[in-house]
Formats: sequence, structure tokens, C-alpha cells
Amino acid sequence: MVTLNHYLILAAILFCIGFYGAVAKKNAVAVLMGIELMLNSVNINLVAFNRFLNPGEMTGHIFALMVIVVAAAEVAVGLALILNIYRQRLTTDVNDLDWLKW
Amino acid sequence: MQIQLADFALMMPEIATAILAIGLLIVGLVVPREQAKGISFLTVAGLVGIWLLNFLYWHENASLFGGIYIVDPYTVFFRFLFLTAAIIVALAAKDYVNTLERNQGEFYALLVAATLGMMILAGAGDLVTLYIGLELMTITFVILVGYQKKEAKSSEAGVKYVILGAMSSAVLLYGLSLVFGFTGTTIIADMVPRLTLSGASPLLLLGIVFLVAGFGFKVSAVPFHMWSPDIYEGAPTPVTAFLAVASKAAGLAAFVRVFLIALPELQPYWITIVVVLTAITVVVGNLIAIPQSNIKRMLAFSSVAQAGYILFGLVAFSSLGVGALLFHSILYVFANIGAFAVAIVVKNSTGSDEIKDYSGLAQTSPFLAAVMLLCLLSLAGIPPVAGFVSKFYLFMAVIEKGMVWLAFVGIMMSMVSVYYYLIVAKAMYLGTPNREAKPISVSASTQIALVICLVAVIFFGVYPTPLLDLAMNVGYSFFPF
Repeated sequence: MVTLNHYLILAAILFCIGFYGAVAKKNAVAVLMGIELMLNSVNINLVAFNRFLNPGEMTGHIFALMVIVVAAAEVAVGLALILNIYRQRLTTDVNDLDWLKW
Repeated sequence: MQIQLADFALMMPEIATAILAIGLLIVGLVVPREQAKGISFLTVAGLVGIWLLNFLYWHENASLFGGIYIVDPYTVFFRFLFLTAAIIVALAAKDYVNTLERNQGEFYALLVAATLGMMILAGAGDLVTLYIGLELMTITFVILVGYQKKEAKSSEAGVKYVILGAMSSAVLLYGLSLVFGFTGTTIIADMVPRLTLSGASPLLLLGIVFLVAGFGFKVSAVPFHMWSPDIYEGAPTPVTAFLAVASKAAGLAAFVRVFLIALPELQPYWITIVVVLTAITVVVGNLIAIPQSNIKRMLAFSSVAQAGYILFGLVAFSSLGVGALLFHSILYVFANIGAFAVAIVVKNSTGSDEIKDYSGLAQTSPFLAAVMLLCLLSLAGIPPVAGFVSKFYLFMAVIEKGMVWLAFVGIMMSMVSVYYYLIVAKAMYLGTPNREAKPISVSASTQIALVICLVAVIFFGVYPTPLLDLAMNVGYSFFPF
């Protein structure tokens, strides 16, 4: 029997993996993928809470849909900026983005 | 949930802002480049129109669409704050935008879209709306920060902002999902009965920690401030001015609404984290500002410190605190944008942001130097100008709650801040100008922006009562304890 706790633990693990990816990866595109994992773990949380705690309502589903839409917009802007910086410096390594003091 | 037509009438300022943003986008594409200068006039006229329209809503206290959106004096106050900031920035940005080769119209469209995001953030009555407003603001700011595609620093700042902004949004969202799971609702006002002290679970407390981290990033509180100096330095200066003032105020508006309306019962739990955050923000922000040699970085750290002072209002957890917080935020708008407006002019004329290049500014351009000096004094909180009064009320609010040590830290650090603000004043007034330095010519629109800031900083310093009463009333109606 899969309970709410299983979903929450899955989401927490996914969030941690995503966070690790976002912090540890050198390639800016991979960092964005890590962030995408973090956002998807939130979606699992939202849908699971909705399914187990108040199955009659749709709030959690709608929230998750909104998160997906906004995440797509965010990644579109992020990729455009990364492309732009790749054209200037021929690198997408975040360690090379050090012209401003970090 | 029922959707009533009357509810849309209360959202007219937001709807008008959205129409203005889309209209500017279209106008920017249609109008030929030689006539693009008119777009800034159109932007300012539109924003002033919405600013005046907002007066109709002072006495509203309604929750629209079943609580999703709230129009109360608090929302209206923040609408005024964002629109004022947007108007002054649009005026001051004109010279900068004219130097762009293309996409002049889009700059203003994005500026207005960011304003819309902030207004939604301040009025959001549920978590989904809050998130949408937050992301509308953040994504438009990302584009604005990386607006100079050809300039490496601007692109780099854009990439950094999109990565860190998305990460902080994800953290905030995880917190929101836990709060949603615990209460079963996303409507902020409906959460109160389900969030009691006795019923708090570790999961909920984890959610609150994530919320503090997420909002802390948006208001750039230490230790979540690391993004701000880099992005402030890399972004085009008008964008920095708007980012430092308005996006911070918007994050704060949502921060205060969520914590005071949804989580007042859990105050004993979250107050400790927020107090620690506030104290280290004030200390670290002011201390790191001292060695900065670039004026934008100096103002960045000073704005980190200002965020700390503003958080005093949340820490105080009283209507006096909220009122002082609102009052300080609006004065901070004038003082900070005034300082940045001078930085825009100097950057356009000398091409430099270094503080040493301000030497002798008082001899070549006394008006610019005077605006800069008074705005910096207001940020430092020196009596004749506005910042003193609002800081006084913020300190009073925390002292009233028995946190004398926190007020003491704040006052000590205010004294420290005078030092680095006066370094700029010293360069301007005692330094000798370059031999080939000429008086800097200031365009009419920038002059209007500078005069607005100067008059506001002096007027509200000498006669703060009307605005102070207004802010206190809003604070009382928002949080009557």
C-alpha cells in the first residue's frame, strides 16, 4: 500500500538530488536541469497532498499545473541567456562566469 | 467560488497595467526607431494615469474571487509604492534607453510588466496567485538584468539571476507546498484556524523554514544576499535601481502578508529565525559596504542593510511595526532611486561607476552632488532628511516589544553606515575634479526624476506627519494588534 508518506519521502529525495545537481554541476544547462528536478518534487508534493487529504478538490492539481507552466517560461529565458553567454565566451561552465566578483 | 463582475472593477489598476504593458510592446514594434523616444513619454503618462486611478480604491477592503485576491489599504499602499518607483525609474531610464540600438519599446514594456507582477504579489490572497506574481516579477527582471546582450557583465548577471532566482523560487515553493499540505487550502486568510501552536508538526516547521529562506532571498537578507552585489553591478543601472527598491518591497509585501496573516499563531517559532536573520543582515550589510569602491556595489550592500532595517517592522509583530515598515519602504524608494539616478547620469557621461570618479562632482555639477548627498543622508538616517523619522519608528517598534538590544544593534550600524555614505560625499565635495571634467548635462526627464526624489526626501523629513499617519493607519487596518 502506497501512502502519503511514501510520496513525501520520494519528493524530499528528489528535491535533495535536484538541489545537489543545481549546486554541484558545472554546466549551466545541467544546473537548470537540477532546478527542474526541485520544481518537479514540489509538484509531487502538491498532487499527493491533494489526492490524500482532500480528494474532492482540485487546488493542488491546479497549483502543480501553474508550477509546470511557470517553470517552462523560466527555463526558456534561462536557456536564451545561456546561449547568449556561450556566443560571447564559448563556455557554459558556471565557474567561468567570474567577471563579476562572486 | 463565484466570479463576480464587480470584482474585476476592484482590479482595474492591475488590468490597466497589463494593458499598458502589452500596448507598449506593440507600439515598440510598430514605431520606427527614429520616433522611439516617444515611448518613454507614453510609459510615464500611462503609469501616472494608473497612479491617479489608484486613488479610487483607498477605502476598499474587499477579498475578490473567494479570497484569491485582496484589495485592502495595504494592497493599495503598495500599488502606490510600485507605481511611484516605476514612474521615477522610467523617467530616469530615458537617457539610458536612448543609447540602446534596438528593443527600446520592449524595455518599457518589461518595466511595466515587472510592476504588474509586484502589484499582484502585494495583493495576492492565496499561494498560487502569490507564486504567479512572484515569477512574473522575477522572470521579467531576469530579462531586464541581461538586457545588454552585447555586454558580457550584463549577460553574466542575467545568467546568475535566472539560476539563483529559480533556485530560490523552488525552495519557496517547497515551503508553500508543505504549508498547503498541512492546511489543505491555498487561501492565506483561511489558514489561520488550521495553524495553531499546539497543532504544529515538524513538517510544518520545515515548511516555514523554507518560506523564510525563499522570501529572505527575495528581500536579500543575509545569508541569502550573495546574489545581490553581482547582479546589481552587472545589470544596467536603471534596472538596478528598480530591482533594489521595488522588487525588494514586493518580496517584503508578500513576506509580511504570509507571516502576519497566515502564521500569527506560530509566531513563537518563526520569530527566532527572523530576529537572527534581521540582526545579521543589518550588521553584515553595513560592514561589507565599507570597503566597496564601486558605487553600485556599495549601494547594493547598503540596500542589504536597509532590508534588515525594514525587517524590524516584521520582527516587532505589531501594527506600529507594520506602519513603520510601510513608511520606511516608501521613503527608501525616493532615497535609493535618487542615488541611483545620479549614478545613471554619471555613468552615461563618464562611463564609470567607481566612487573615485565622483571626486569634485560638487564643483562641476552641484545639483547632482546635492541630490546624491541628501539621498545618502536619508539612507543613513540623519535628522533633517526623511530617513531619520522612519528609522526612529522602526527602532521604537522593536523597543516597544522589549528587544532593546536589536534597536541598539540597528543604531550602532546606522552610525557605521554614515561612514561609507560620507566617503562618497567626501569625494564629491572635497575631491578635485579632473582637469578635463565638464559640467554634466542632464536631460529634462532625468531632471524631473531627480527633483521628485529631492523634494520627497526633504519634504517628508521636515513634515512627515501626513504620510506617517497614512502608513500607520494602513498598518493598523492590516494588523490591528
